Amino acid sequence: MADPVLQLNDLHKNFGGLVVTDGVTLDIGQGELHAVIGPNGAGKTTLINQISGLIAPTAGTIRFNGTDITGLPANKRAELGLARSFQITSVLPRFSALENVALAVQARAGTSYRFFGRADREQTVNNAASAALSEVGLAERKQTVAGHLSHGEKRALELAIALAMQPKLLLLDEPMAGTGHEESARLIDVLRRLKGRFSMLLVEHDMNAVFALADRISVLTYGRILASGAPDAVRTHPQVVAAYLGEEME
Amino acid sequence: MAQTFAASSTLPARQTKVLGLLPAIIFLVLALVPVAAVFGPESYLLGLFTRVMVFAIAAMALDFICGYGGLVSFGHAAFVGIGAYAVGILGSHGITDMLVALLVALLVSAIFAYLTGTVCLRTKGVYFIMITLAFGQMAYFIAGSLAPYGGDDGLTVRLRSTFLGFPFLQSDRTFYYFVLLSLFVAYLLFRAIVYSRFGRVFRGARENPTRIATLGFDVFRFQRVGYVIAGAIAGLSGFLLANATEFVSPAYMSWQRSGELIIMVLFGGIGSLHGAIIGAAAYLLVEEVLGGITEQWKLIFGPLLVLVVLFARGGLLGLAHAIGGRLDRG
Repeated sequence: MADPVLQLNDLHKNFGGLVVTDGVTLDIGQGELHAVIGPNGAGKTTLINQISGLIAPTAGTIRFNGTDITGLPANKRAELGLARSFQITSVLPRFSALENVALAVQARAGTSYRFFGRADREQTVNNAASAALSEVGLAERKQTVAGHLSHGEKRALELAIALAMQPKLLLLDEPMAGTGHEESARLIDVLRRLKGRFSMLLVEHDMNAVFALADRISVLTYGRILASGAPDAVRTHPQVVAAYLGEEME
Repeated sequence: MAQTFAASSTLPARQTKVLGLLPAIIFLVLALVPVAAVFGPESYLLGLFTRVMVFAIAAMALDFICGYGGLVSFGHAAFVGIGAYAVGILGSHGITDMLVALLVALLVSAIFAYLTGTVCLRTKGVYFIMITLAFGQMAYFIAGSLAPYGGDDGLTVRLRSTFLGFPFLQSDRTFYYFVLLSLFVAYLLFRAIVYSRFGRVFRGARENPTRIATLGFDVFRFQRVGYVIAGAIAGLSGFLLANATEFVSPAYMSWQRSGELIIMVLFGGIGSLHGAIIGAAAYLLVEEVLGGITEQWKLIFGPLLVLVVLFARGGLLGLAHAIGGRLDRG
């Protein structure tokens, strides 16, 4: 079997005396959709921040396609093919939807130290950006300023930005956060279509989404992996049922 | 769209016809000033508008990093001073050719921007403001301690820059057009950059630096390049200032000067480039007019600035857009 896309090895993160990540070991195979679930405060976002390079782990290593990236800054990891979406929408509010995505395309299309020539008229970049927007169902809204999009549309835009990076691994931090029922159903649809084409780490509270999409699920509580395995195994795992899923799965 | 111009766009927005033509109108008016000046106190008017354009170049450079990059520098006058001192110091050694003086002015201010930017850009927000202020004051005190070059008193520029030995800037009128050309080139340059790939990343870094980093851009390096460009163009303004006043002094670098540049940018309308020209003109002309009435002209100018900041968030340009938008609809 090919190397895993991502390998976390005994990852630790302390904020002062507070242990947020406590020895997480986890790997994601090529093309796998690996979901991480857990109660609020379990350290899911902190884990994603460490993988994407926004915060440094206290100990442990992160390997991406076999290379140790533990010490690399976020922008270098993105260059290697790590894309992420944010739990709290993080688009460029005064850029149009198209420009938000075009910037992600531009990052992959030659140097950006180009001082002349209008970036907004680069057809190849715009076409790739439009394609990513179509993929998440935002084709109609591409000229809209991102700040004026609805919450659900912003969530979709987050996804389009990540897709446009042509990543080797997508880190999705609660892509459905705060969306209504219909919107989240649409996003689940989008993710289902992307499954297999991209390796994904999905952090999500929406259990319908997780069990519908994931190849494997890891349950995180108090910064530790409580259980990890196929959805059916996790669903019936006694400790998981007791600690987390509880009533929700009855 | 029009009222939200200043708040919602990071690019010079498409506007009503007249306002879209505003940059062209501004340059046309500036080009006609020497023609009109013949009918008035010619050398006074030429001098005044030369000064306006010189400061407009520095203000525009500041607007580029402030308005598009979100980097509020409180030490931008240092670059102006460095450009001016390049002329003064070289001149005192008998080197007056602009091929040397202009090049040195641009180069030294760019190097100063690179070095200080490397430190300043590690900080954000109010810390960035304070540290650029600190470097500005450092440059100010260094200039004041240059005893061979007049120290606190500054030094006189005996001869305006020549070109291959030819003193073509001696005529005030020719010099005026040379400054106008410089302003025009600076405007075209910044405009191109703002719309370019680089400009897109630079503007994006102001909106959300974390997002830009997670896309794979080294935010720090992009901002530093922007800072160096703005520093070099402010150096150009200094080169012209020394030639305009035929005098160089540490006062060019004082924090008050940096503050005045910020006021010009705010006054004209931040994040618009040609707003900086309007701001510089408004500031210097108001100073000239009010200064003629009373020595305490800042007592009047201060409240005026407060009013503009409170009620016309986009500065004079924002006001024009608001009025233009209303006329359009009505």
